[in-house]
Amino acid sequence: MEIIKTHYNRRSFLKVSAAAGGGIMIGFNWLMSCAPSQEKAGLAMPDEWFDINAFLKIGNNGVVTIYSPNPEIGQNVKTSMPMIVAEELDVDWANVLVEQAPLNTVKYTRQLAGGSQSLRQGWKSLRIAGASARRMLMEAAAKQWQVSVAELTTDKGIIKHTSGKSVGYGEVASQAVSVAVPEEIPLKDPKDFKIIGKATKNVDGKKVIKGEPLFGLDVQREGMLIAMIVHAPAFGMRPKSVDDSAARSMPGIKDVFIITTLPDGIEAQWSDVNAFKELVVIVGDNTWNVMQAKKALNIEWETVSAPMSTGSYNKALSELLEKKADTPARKDGNPDEAFKKAAKVIERTYSAPFLSHNTMEPMNFFAHVTADGAELIGPIQTPEFLRKTVSSVIGLPEDKVTINMTRQGGGFGRRLYGHFGLEAAVISKKINAPVKVVYTREDDMTQGTYRPAYKVKYQAAIDKNNNLVGIKIRGAGIHESPVFANRFPAGAVDNYLVENHALESNISTGAWRAPRSNFMAIAEQCFLDEVAEALGKDPIDFRLELLERAATNPVGQNNDYDPARYAGVLKLVKEKSGWGEKKNGVHRGVSAYFCHNSYVAQVLDIVMKNSKPVIQKVWCAVDCGIVVNPEGAKNQLEGGIVDGLGHTLYSEMTFTDGKPDQTNFHNYKLIRNSEAPLEIECFFVENGVDPTGLGEPGLPPAGAALANALYAATGKRLTTQPFYKEEMTISPM
Amino acid sequence: MATFKLKINKKTYSLEADPSMPLLWALRDLLGLTGTKYGCGIAQCGACTVHLNGEAVRSCSLPLSAVGDGEVVTIEGLSKNGDHPVQKAWEEVDVMQCGYCQAGQIMSAAALLSKNPNPGDEDIYNAMNGNICRCGTYLRIREAIKKAAAMK
Ligand code: FES
Ligand code: FES
Repeated sequence: MEIIKTHYNRRSFLKVSAAAGGGIMIGFNWLMSCAPSQEKAGLAMPDEWFDINAFLKIGNNGVVTIYSPNPEIGQNVKTSMPMIVAEELDVDWANVLVEQAPLNTVKYTRQLAGGSQSLRQGWKSLRIAGASARRMLMEAAAKQWQVSVAELTTDKGIIKHTSGKSVGYGEVASQAVSVAVPEEIPLKDPKDFKIIGKATKNVDGKKVIKGEPLFGLDVQREGMLIAMIVHAPAFGMRPKSVDDSAARSMPGIKDVFIITTLPDGIEAQWSDVNAFKELVVIVGDNTWNVMQAKKALNIEWETVSAPMSTGSYNKALSELLEKKADTPARKDGNPDEAFKKAAKVIERTYSAPFLSHNTMEPMNFFAHVTADGAELIGPIQTPEFLRKTVSSVIGLPEDKVTINMTRQGGGFGRRLYGHFGLEAAVISKKINAPVKVVYTREDDMTQGTYRPAYKVKYQAAIDKNNNLVGIKIRGAGIHESPVFANRFPAGAVDNYLVENHALESNISTGAWRAPRSNFMAIAEQCFLDEVAEALGKDPIDFRLELLERAATNPVGQNNDYDPARYAGVLKLVKEKSGWGEKKNGVHRGVSAYFCHNSYVAQVLDIVMKNSKPVIQKVWCAVDCGIVVNPEGAKNQLEGGIVDGLGHTLYSEMTFTDGKPDQTNFHNYKLIRNSEAPLEIECFFVENGVDPTGLGEPGLPPAGAALANALYAATGKRLTTQPFYKEEMTISPM
Repeated sequence: MATFKLKINKKTYSLEADPSMPLLWALRDLLGLTGTKYGCGIAQCGACTVHLNGEAVRSCSLPLSAVGDGEVVTIEGLSKNGDHPVQKAWEEVDVMQCGYCQAGQIMSAAALLSKNPNPGDEDIYNAMNGNICRCGTYLRIREAIKKAAAMK
């Protein structure tokens, strides 16, 4: 049992309990007429709810509603975060309802979905929320019975006294609201967990299979209009004028105009990334009518900055790879000397294209702005940042801007950048009506905020005794270099040099599921495979040797990984996959990567069929500390692997004079059902460490394990993504 | 504009719309049946899959004028309480991540099983390759289809 001070969260509890006064009924006015059903099958609704703290309310019949604070983008936090509250509250999960909390920075901290951080950063506060509510309920019962709290225990929402009498949470909830928030609170010993660690089904599962309106695009309101935007056809352009005469006369069309979403003088936040701040807007009564009229607009565009083409930025990035950086990002030992003396040098350059996020639900947002306030509803990973920008652009104080988050049809980083929400607010203010902004797939795919195009050059120096003595890494990318200076194998090699270059561009980029790692894992893990081969070593043993060095006698400072946990997942995957066994016609590859605080190692088997790989199985070993929801965790890992394999193999955005060449799924290929692995098996390291997230870490290693397996099959090292282009030229040995 | 009488989920809806309007937008915007999703608008992603006379069709590319008096079934009408074997299997296998593609996946799977109660892997690929899942739930989709087949 761990005793924890509730202090750092005290402010929010005090606020809430003060506001809750003596058990007033609360309930968020969630969405609109066609709101999804709130009930859980077979669960009776209480007559009265008692607001215990920001995270939960308890009904007079013992039913509990837990508010999930963070945006749900498919990473399953709407199930896993409430599980943590329910665990410490000590209730039966069958009696728990879950609701998405609206944005409320007084009650909650970090209502953001990004960096796989929700569980890691929410872990303590969610436990405190559950544990302190439990304590307040126990105190209420103790007072009623005139006994000491020490004589009470709880189980599944029932408080029991040593004398044998018992009472349900629902019966004392009305008293608990006026109990002072405890200053210190004991937390459960993880070995006593009953909900955490149990496979728990997605709380929205039933609603999704019935097609209930859960997503931003499903929002409907009385009098709501539909708006679509037209952004410039190429990066570096903006609208000059619009001839809307034909469009205006088409059925259902209400208005056409040009807007600037971020006027001069408004300070942009990091989340305001947007290449197209000037937009043509068309408003009408339904989506199809607006789509049709949109095609009838005659827009004149003007060039404001030089357009880029794929050939031109690729050449510029390659040139950067030949240039020394002014200051290295990391330097250990004397890399130049080591390379000069080397008996053998291995060099390999890897590259990857721009990628679009392509969340299955395209960008959209609802807004209703009046003189008194702004109401926004929709899919957003950064509601707090959106509110700030909307507040300054619309000219309303932040407390007059409300944001409700819907379930989100994918995030992957795309909805960190809330320009679509801002656009909805600006448009609603202008037309003085409730409006839903809807992007077509084409609008979405050509809008930017892409995973940047990257290149990296790896060099390894091997001395005459066949030892790896030096590594040089030079990276270049659009807006940022992909290389993390202090990640593995930094710390394991005596002479080590990292240099970074960035290329400015008017093509906008943003975080894309496992930013930078999604490329670096592939480059690094393919290169280590090649080095291992040159040294005549088994690829897993070679990695373990490096990690052993980093653990026992690390080189340099700030190595930002734990070599023991890293080695742990490699050893686990080695054992589980039966590494070393040879199967006829089956080729395997391995890779391991650490990002977003979790460690993942994968072994992947392929067989070649008509010169194409069929992925037989992926073994995936993971260290993410305590696994809150094993079912959700496995689903995230499987998805990450499929997503990683698909993008490495098939996907890319290219540009001609600033204009995206890909516009929809007919020319942007995403992985399909038959191309996904036949089997994925996941294994977790059990170490009781506080949990870390899994939305991203499963993805980066997958492409490398595949490339290494393809090398085993064909003898060709793949370096240029998407691999399918190279793969066409390879055939089995 | 024209008047249509559409048979959807065993009910008749009468509506005024542009004959070129795809069934998808009539369902979503005019009839409030938002379970059917928009993903691409060009029959490439399967998010908008519904049944027309028992066949899986992409409603984003099916103009109202082509629906006629065909029987349309959407995700909302696949079963009364979400208890079609495919829906039950989807829940049991806990298929979804973001969930956005799943209505389309379920409708494609239900159409497959109504024709082929015991599909093999190739049958599943053929029926399901038109449905994209960016979250990568394909393995669970296959598993759920096999589970639903076993339930029947
Ligand atoms: S929306 Fe119809 S297939 Fe994509
Ligand atoms: S579950 Fe998210 S797209 Fe399929």
